[in-house]
This record gives sequence, C-alpha cells and structure tokens, in this order.
Amino acid sequence: MAIVEVRNLVKQFSDEVTAVDNINIRTADGEFLVLLGPSGCGKSTLLRMLGGLEQPTSGDILIGDRVVTHLPPRARQIAMVFQSYALYPHMTVRNNIAFPLKAAKLTKEEQEKKIQWASSILGIDHLLKRKPGQLSGGQRQRVALARALVREPNVFLLDEPLSNLDAQMRASARDEIQMFQSQIGTTTIYVTHDQVEAMGMGHRIAVLNHGRIQQIGTPREIYETPANTFVATFVGSPPMNLVPHGNTLIGFRPENLKPVQGDVDIDNYLELRQDSIREEYLGSEKLVYGEINGIKAVARLAANHEVSHPEGSSARVMVHRRDIRVFDKESGEAIQQEPPRIITSSEPAAPSVPGFTPSPEQVVS
Amino acid sequence: MTARTASPSVAKAPREERYTFDNERVLGPLMLAPAIIYIVALVGFPLVLAVLYAFSTATAGDPRIDSWDDFVGLRNFRAVLNDGVFTKALRNTIFFTLASQAIVIVLANILSQIMLADFPGKKIFRFLVMLPWTTPIALSVLGWFWIFDSVYSPIDWLMRQMNLLGPGTMFGPARNMYWLGETELAQGAVLMIHVWRTLPLATVILLGGLTSIPNDINEAADIDGAGFWRKLFYIRLPLLLPIMAIAMLFSMIFTFTDLTVSLVLTRGGPVNDTQVLSSWAYFKGIQGGNLSQGAAVALFMLPVLIAIAIGMLRLARRGAND
Repeated sequence: MAIVEVRNLVKQFSDEVTAVDNINIRTADGEFLVLLGPSGCGKSTLLRMLGGLEQPTSGDILIGDRVVTHLPPRARQIAMVFQSYALYPHMTVRNNIAFPLKAAKLTKEEQEKKIQWASSILGIDHLLKRKPGQLSGGQRQRVALARALVREPNVFLLDEPLSNLDAQMRASARDEIQMFQSQIGTTTIYVTHDQVEAMGMGHRIAVLNHGRIQQIGTPREIYETPANTFVATFVGSPPMNLVPHGNTLIGFRPENLKPVQGDVDIDNYLELRQDSIREEYLGSEKLVYGEINGIKAVARLAANHEVSHPEGSSARVMVHRRDIRVFDKESGEAIQQEPPRIITSSEPAAPSVPGFTPSPEQVVS
Repeated sequence: MTARTASPSVAKAPREERYTFDNERVLGPLMLAPAIIYIVALVGFPLVLAVLYAFSTATAGDPRIDSWDDFVGLRNFRAVLNDGVFTKALRNTIFFTLASQAIVIVLANILSQIMLADFPGKKIFRFLVMLPWTTPIALSVLGWFWIFDSVYSPIDWLMRQMNLLGPGTMFGPARNMYWLGETELAQGAVLMIHVWRTLPLATVILLGGLTSIPNDINEAADIDGAGFWRKLFYIRLPLLLPIMAIAMLFSMIFTFTDLTVSLVLTRGGPVNDTQVLSSWAYFKGIQGGNLSQGAAVALFMLPVLIAIAIGMLRLARRGAND
C-alpha cells in the first residue's frame, strides 16, 4: 500500500513529440485512480513511467514517499497487468503466477501458499495446470491479475486490461476488478480510453489530452462540472451539447435538454428551439438529434416519453439553469458565470434566426 | 411462379468453366508443374541415379548400366566400409557437424542478444555479421586458404610480431604454424570456417525469433522482478527453443553435406584427417572415376539427412498448429 506521486513529469520522445507534458498527480492511499484519454494522449506512457519501463525526460516519481524515478522496475515493488496480459506462453498458469515469487527467491512453501491464496481470490484454482493457450480471454485476464497480486505489490498498474474482452465479459470483469481492488485495498492506477470503465470503476479520474491533465476529480465532478470543453465532450455519450453564445459556449448534457410542455418557468429554465429533428430509438431511451442555433445538439429522453416529433420538424426545448455550464469560446476553459437568461445567435440577423422565440417578458441579463 | 422467373436467370449466369484456366482441373496441375518438374529433374532423378550407381559397376569411363550383370549387390558398400578412410571421413563429418553446431548455437545466441540491443554502429555491425553468409563459399574458402598459407599466413606474421612464433618463442622454433599441415590445426581450421559460415544464418534466425517475442512479455518479466539472467534462461531461451531447433537443423544440413571447405582448403588432408563423406565421395567418384563407390559413399549420408528432414517437418507442423 502506498501513495503514488508524480511531480512535473515530462516525457519527450523527440524534439517534436512530447508524450507527457508536465504532469502532477498525487493519489490517496488505496485509491483507484483512472487515467482516461483518447489514444495518443500519453496515458500509457505515464503508466509505463510509473512502472519503470520508460525513463522520464524530467520530473520525479514517488511511490510511498520514496523517489523511484531512476529505479528499475524490479526495485519498485509494483505489479502491472498488460493489455495483452503478457502471460508467459510456455509456462503453466501455476508457473506464471510463481514467476515473480521465484524472482523474489521465496521458499517453495511460501510460493505454494501465495499461489493458493491468489488463485482462490480470483477463482482460478482449477486452471493451475493449464497453459495460457488453453484459456479463454477472461481466464487469462484473471491469471494476469493473480500474477500481479501474488507479490503483494505497493501499487497495481493496469493498462487497458479489459480491451481484449467482448462486451459482455467486459461488464462482469469491470465489476470483478472493482471488487477485487476494494478487497485488496492496494493503490491502483488504471489506464483506459473507455469512459464507461472510467466512470464505473474509478474513485477519481484523471482526464488526459495531448500529454496534459485536463481535469482530476470524482466521476461525478468530471461529468457534471467538466473543467473545459475537451472533458465536456470526451466524457458522456452522446457528449455535452455546446451552443455558442457571444464569446462563450453554453454547455448542457443531452439528458438535461427536455421538450417544453405547456409554459416555461423562465426563472429556472432556458428555452431553446431545436430544428431539423431526427429521432433515434435505442430501446430504453431515445436520442433526439437536431440543431440549436445551427449547431448540432442532442436530447436524451426515455424511449416511452410521450412527446414525439415527425422527422425534420422543429420543437421548443428547455434546460434547467443549474444544469448549464459556461465555457470560454477561445480557450474552452470553464468559467464561473451565470448562464444567460436567453440565448441569441451571435449573427447580426439574430431575431430572425429561428433558434428561440423572445417573449416580451424576457430580459437580456 | 418464383421457380419460373428464377430459372431463366440461372440459365443466363456465366458458366464457371467458360475459360480453360477457370477449370481447376487444368489450372491446378499447371500451377504445380514447375515445382514437380524441378523436384523430379533435379532431386529425384539424381537420387535414383545415385542409388542405381551404388549397386552397379559404373565408372566414369563406362557409366552405362545396360544389363543385370552390371548390378553387383552390396559389393560397393562392402568395399567402402573396408576402406580405412571411410571411418575417418564419417567421424570427421559427424565431428565437424556436431562441434560446429555446439559452437554456433552459443555464439548465435550471444550475437542475436547483442543485435537486439540498440547501439551506435548497429547497422555496420549487422552488415559485418551477415557478410560471411553472403560471400560465395568457394571464394571465402580461398580467402581462408591464403590466411592459413603455410609460408605467407598473416596469422603467422601477426604471431611473429607478437613474439609468439619463431626461434625461442612459445610456439617456436619454427617460423610458421603450418595450419593446414598438422592434424589438429587443420581440423580446427575446417571447424572454424564452418562456424564462421553458418553463424550468420543461425544468428539471423534467432534474431527473428527474439524479435517475435512480444515486448510485453519481456516487460512483464522486468516488472515481475526478473534480472537479465533469469529473463534469458526462463523466458527468452525457452520461447526461442522451437526457432533454435529450426536454425540448428538448417545449419546441420549445410555443414553435414558441405563439400567445399574440405575440397578447397585441405583437399581432405593431411592424410584424410579433414576428409568428410561428401569430399571423399567426390574424390572417389568424380576425380577417381569410380562412380559406383562414390555413389555408395554419398548414400551413407542419406539416413542422417532423412532424419533431419523429418525433424524439420515435425517442427514446422507443430509451429503451424500452435
């Protein structure tokens, strides 16, 4: 158990390519931290530096308050699960799990005890005699976890461990890893590009892009108060709607965009108009695609929602003002600003644009 | 209704065998023909001829076999076996093959591990390692012939400069080593050339095997706390074993059947001490004109080669099944 800390970490692969750009993170003890980002954002490089597989260009890595920046992997007391699982194909499951123990020169009895312990936690006792080639994807993943667990490391590093599983397996494996982690209580750093994994598993999520941390926070913070437009659109499916307003962008989640039925409580709601509507039925919900002020915007409704629109029509929609986030149009950073009372198009011909219908009571704030 | 509308369109569909080459019965044999002709003409025919010769009285002056009287049963084999040179040649062949393999496998492993790493001048190093393999064997053996020359050997010159050779020195008093004139030195020279020649191929095959080990596996071993030697002996070498076996079998065939080194460098000398089966078969059958006995000598290599070939096929099949 240990706290992992990263200080001003930089990794340059060449003069032009900076994979990790001045990153600072400090985990809590026993925390499940997810590094989330699109491919090429530097999350894997960061993880590999934590593991000692990659040398940072500058900055420091601390594990349990000990500087390990230039220590080789084996001196760091960490365990890593690779995307491919990287099981040793010529060894049985037992020998795969025993390998780190043999490297640590444990006695045969100690080895046996730990193998039994790890394999029972992961439910692979019956597979010990098999070779990796004879296992299913899910079983391999568990063997890889057992091999990581058996050394009782200070830190678990997991590099997209679920990406080789099919969708159904992934859901149950997500659950298993999470339970496993809370049972073991070891600080875990988990890399993924899948926001569902990140939201569902992480105590905290660090969203990365272009080698920089965009935001660190709980899944709720990341989702509800994204720090910038990148986080707002990377997390959430469909992403947050962003509608321009002056030199700001007005952001709101699809599930917060609701059809207007009857009168609008304009003290609490912002009314908008959605044009060129097209509905997509998804079973439990339906997505209503359309344009607001000429910008694509999506609403998410329950599939059995009574309101339904013919294709291509326009409709009045509204967002609760507390669900609105405001971003700077230039930098994309979130700004603390009251959302506007009304939205007008930035174009000169604003009143004629069918984006919204001003009513006499409405006042521009 | 549906049947009636469907049938004309079926009739209109282009017939599969409209063109000659669309017919698999024509195309298949045609595509196979070059390989079959090659194997029959250049492998099968000489092999059958060698077997026929080995049981006959054929000589270079009268190679015809036109009656049953020309067949003499096992006489040629008996004659060859009773010749003292046979034992020597067989022993040398096996010795050169096994000894060179043992050395090659160790050196190839070391070299391939080195070539896996990144270092300045890697490309030049790789080129130099490959060079012996790309040089025509007869030419390179001529080069070695000069290096081991009885009077002008540059090795001898170097040793004289270092005061290792000449009157009053470690290897003195002679001013030359006579590399190809002394039994052990000549055998050592032949062995060395075999190693020098097959090392590049084995190295490249092993390097291919090493690079095919996923990097993840190496990194997992790093993370698991394995040091260099543990990684080498528990991860890399075991994973390399199938490839290593293939490299071994390849270079064994090359060394076992090699004629050039003994022929050009030592002509089997001194006193048949570097004679191998293939060179002896050549001296007997071609130079000596005794085709039938030469063929008999050559046939002694067949069982070993068949065994190696079966081993290779087994390995290849196992590789395909994994």
